[in-house]
Amino acid sequence: MVKKILSVAICAIVLLFVYAPILLLVVYSFDSSKIINIHEFSFSFELYKQLFRDQKIMQILFNTVWLAFAAAGLSTILGTAGAIGIFYSRKRVAKPLNAVSQIPVINAEIVTAISLALLFSMVALYRTYFSLIVGHMVLCTPFVVLSVLPKLKQMDSNTYEAALDLGASPAQALFKVVIPQIFSGILAGFMLSVTLSLDDYIITAFTKPKTFDTISTYVYNAVKNGTNSSTPALRALSALIFVVMIVILLVINLRARKPANKGA
Amino acid sequence: MQRFHFSRKQLCIPYGLFLALFVVIPMLLILFYAFTKETDGNLSFSFSNFIGFFTSRAKLSTLLMSITIAIISTALCLLIAYPIAYILARSSFRKKNVLLMIFILPMWINFVLRITALRELLDLIGLLESQNYLNTLIGMVYDFLPFMILPLYTTLEKIDKSYLEAAADLGGNKFTVFTKVTFPLSMPGVISGITMVFMPSMTNYVVSDTLSNFNITILGKLIDEYFTTYDNWHMGSMISIILLLIIFLTMLATGGFKDNEKEARGTNLW
Amino acid sequence: MAELKKEEKIIEIVNVSKIFDETAAVQDISFYVRKGEFITFLGPSGCGKTTTLRMIAGFDIPTSGKILLGGKDITNLPPNRRPVNTVFQRYALFPHYNIYDNIAFGLKLKKIPVTYRNDKDETYTKMQKLTRKEIDEKVRAALAVVDLEGFEKRSVSTLSGGQQQRVAIARAIVNEPEILLLDEPLGALDLKMRKEMQIELKEMHRKLGITFIYVTHDQEEALTMSDTIVVMKDGRIQQIGTPTSIYNEPANAFVADFIGDSNILNGTMVAKYTVRFCNKNFKCVDDYEKNEKVDVVVRPEDIVMTDPDKGMLKGRVVSVVFKGVHYEITAMVGRSEMVIQSTQSRNVGDIIGMDIEPDNIHIMKKEFTVNQYDGYITKKNTVVFGDGEFDCDVTTLYPGSHLDEEGYLITADGEKIDLTDVDVTVEVGLEDIEISDNADEGGARGHIVQLIYKGDHYQYIVRTEENEEDYVFDIPDLWNENDYVSIKIKPENIHMRLKQEIK
Repeated sequence: MVKKILSVAICAIVLLFVYAPILLLVVYSFDSSKIINIHEFSFSFELYKQLFRDQKIMQILFNTVWLAFAAAGLSTILGTAGAIGIFYSRKRVAKPLNAVSQIPVINAEIVTAISLALLFSMVALYRTYFSLIVGHMVLCTPFVVLSVLPKLKQMDSNTYEAALDLGASPAQALFKVVIPQIFSGILAGFMLSVTLSLDDYIITAFTKPKTFDTISTYVYNAVKNGTNSSTPALRALSALIFVVMIVILLVINLRARKPANKGA
Repeated sequence: MQRFHFSRKQLCIPYGLFLALFVVIPMLLILFYAFTKETDGNLSFSFSNFIGFFTSRAKLSTLLMSITIAIISTALCLLIAYPIAYILARSSFRKKNVLLMIFILPMWINFVLRITALRELLDLIGLLESQNYLNTLIGMVYDFLPFMILPLYTTLEKIDKSYLEAAADLGGNKFTVFTKVTFPLSMPGVISGITMVFMPSMTNYVVSDTLSNFNITILGKLIDEYFTTYDNWHMGSMISIILLLIIFLTMLATGGFKDNEKEARGTNLW
Repeated sequence: MAELKKEEKIIEIVNVSKIFDETAAVQDISFYVRKGEFITFLGPSGCGKTTTLRMIAGFDIPTSGKILLGGKDITNLPPNRRPVNTVFQRYALFPHYNIYDNIAFGLKLKKIPVTYRNDKDETYTKMQKLTRKEIDEKVRAALAVVDLEGFEKRSVSTLSGGQQQRVAIARAIVNEPEILLLDEPLGALDLKMRKEMQIELKEMHRKLGITFIYVTHDQEEALTMSDTIVVMKDGRIQQIGTPTSIYNEPANAFVADFIGDSNILNGTMVAKYTVRFCNKNFKCVDDYEKNEKVDVVVRPEDIVMTDPDKGMLKGRVVSVVFKGVHYEITAMVGRSEMVIQSTQSRNVGDIIGMDIEPDNIHIMKKEFTVNQYDGYITKKNTVVFGDGEFDCDVTTLYPGSHLDEEGYLITADGEKIDLTDVDVTVEVGLEDIEISDNADEGGARGHIVQLIYKGDHYQYIVRTEENEEDYVFDIPDLWNENDYVSIKIKPENIHMRLKQEIK
């Protein structure tokens, strides 16, 4: 019994630590004062009104989302093809590819970021949309490969041959038999890519065009320039993102977690 | 005919080219920049960046402090995450995964926003103005805790209960069962967690900047400054090489060169 | 069986080899398959049978050689263009499709020529997909063949292994292939299910009238189902024949051993239609050169037990196992083991006599490359074999071992072993034997019973007197037949293997 109470207490304290800042922001997003003051709270939707009227923030929100989906989409295509290619290649091709593929995963983001800055400045593509998308793809694609490869390994390799045997061309076999069987891995890779891209600051900061901002770069710069307290609407933005993300994640995880993909 | 036997393998060509262009070449460029210097527009091979780094008191103290911060954050993460992972893994609750999800859910939310929220909280309780180091440590733990909980939970959950029963059956008390069986068996998770937390705590300068009011410079920040503020890409590259060396050494020391990375990043949660 | 008489070759394999990463999976095999027959590739794992099947299906391309289908070269034709369908070992059903869609997979891809007549009364042909109705009918018919009517909407994961197997067969036969390839299709089923499916497959073969090419490592399955069996080993064909001929006239010791139970003994031809093994001469029906080294194969059911003094052979029973229909009795004849199947039982320790009919003694020529003997180690760390005693290096039995002062063997792990009376198999190369006319110089003595000139050297056979053991060797010098000589072998040329691990 004592053990149980202790366990619950430890969990509660850690959860409080994890969710306190989020809760604070959500609560005070309904208070329009510029700086959070624990002794004063007057309920209003003022910050939300400001937020949706703020053209700049809306533009940034849009930027962040399209960047995430574009980068994730491209990464998913490249990574899925790459994983299939690696899976069916001989060891001496697959091994080095796998090893190089691990570099962006293990590497510090700042090192990846400056390495891309060096490359793109040499070919006059530094701080363009191209460098931005490529930067995010470098971040995401290896994770797509990591999500898809295990699904390929789980697949009965004879099913591809069975499709050919039944008259399918290699392309038909790939799309009708292989892709459907690894689809859960592809989807996981895509979702992971979206979150990685949404979450990223450092690579974005080193590859983005000067006038382009995502939520990450905008908020960081606002803190840096001391302008964050002059834009309390950011509080509403954060609160909104927190709540939306938490709801999405809970819904997905409560609904889709069948025993089949539990240990995947 | 040739098409049938090569088409699937050929699918790795675009990815291979992508990796060569945007991973291998850029990394080689860092190496190149690190060992060259620019004088009057001419590049020449040079150890000056290397020597410059190790003779600069400021840079060495940054390095030392980064490592210290990283070690303390990693240790704190481990101390907090282990009991949580242990409790969750041992819980008889039917939907353990949902419980786990609640703990690690913030890792899917933009970290800049979360750190800014933490900043507001620290400001509110009066720590922000004075406690730069403490705040940075709190921030690192706050940001990276899920990356420690997840691999620990995964390994602890996988431990076959019969090992524990066998150990108890052979006369081990709860403490010895934990120290002699559970903990050693959870080492892969511990190592995976350490590699996931240690390196980012040395380099993620958004956390240290936001929570120390730009007063603490960690290694990642130093690289950033040499690129954006001082415009000395050669020194910036050299510091990156030193950072890579540290990453390599920690991986070597912890034997982390295994593919436990993806688990730690939670590819399995989507 | 009517089709068999046509002798029409549907598949012909010509000098086909397949090399994977420098190891040959299949080496220079040639054979043909008659239209409508049930042919089985039989052999242990790694013998190349599955590779051969995969080359017929088109999944692997031969490194060299040709595959002809109805006389046309299809060696390099991709699998989707071959009129051949495969039933895979683990079924390879598509988990994301239901049973109907699995079976309809090939039909939906298929295009058939349809002839039309236009206004001007000209005919023209168009390649067209099958209609929904046609596909429905064919799928239903295929499900009926495998007794799974009404399973269309079920998902693969809800079926038992046996049912999945049937779906896999339905999915293949629905395309009306000329040849059905089956890669150990019953391997994953339990024994009872396997027996049932064997009968069903045979029945299906009869009804469909198409060619079945079957791969298995189960000799009983092969014997039960096939018209023709191809026995393979190490990528080579050992024998092709009907089940009866393969069982009754195995081409070599491997086939004899692999198909059914058998006693395989070392023998020597001593006269026309006379073979010597177990120190006795036997009449036999095969004729080989005198002094030829041969493998003698005797099926356990062909040994008849008699009174101890009446049989051609005499042995002591060492084990008796009841096997349901018969007893399996193992007897030692000298140092050779003899397995007997009989409806009569004996007790362990009994001395029995054994008779073998000449018809039941199968003799196969042996490629003689090395002298092989049964031997044992003495107290003095010498080895006794072939009616002689030789110095040897017992430490070769255990890598890294050495002898202590008392002559005990100390292994690499520091374990102390007493080798006295330990049984070993001894091999001596043909180049490693010398002879001398000084009888005391060598380890064994005998008369030269044969010498053959082989171009640059002579091959000799020296036979001992006591047990008539033979030493075969190549030396350049000329000796005379019937010379009495002693056999010399250097200790390092005596290659020994433990018969079993000792504790």
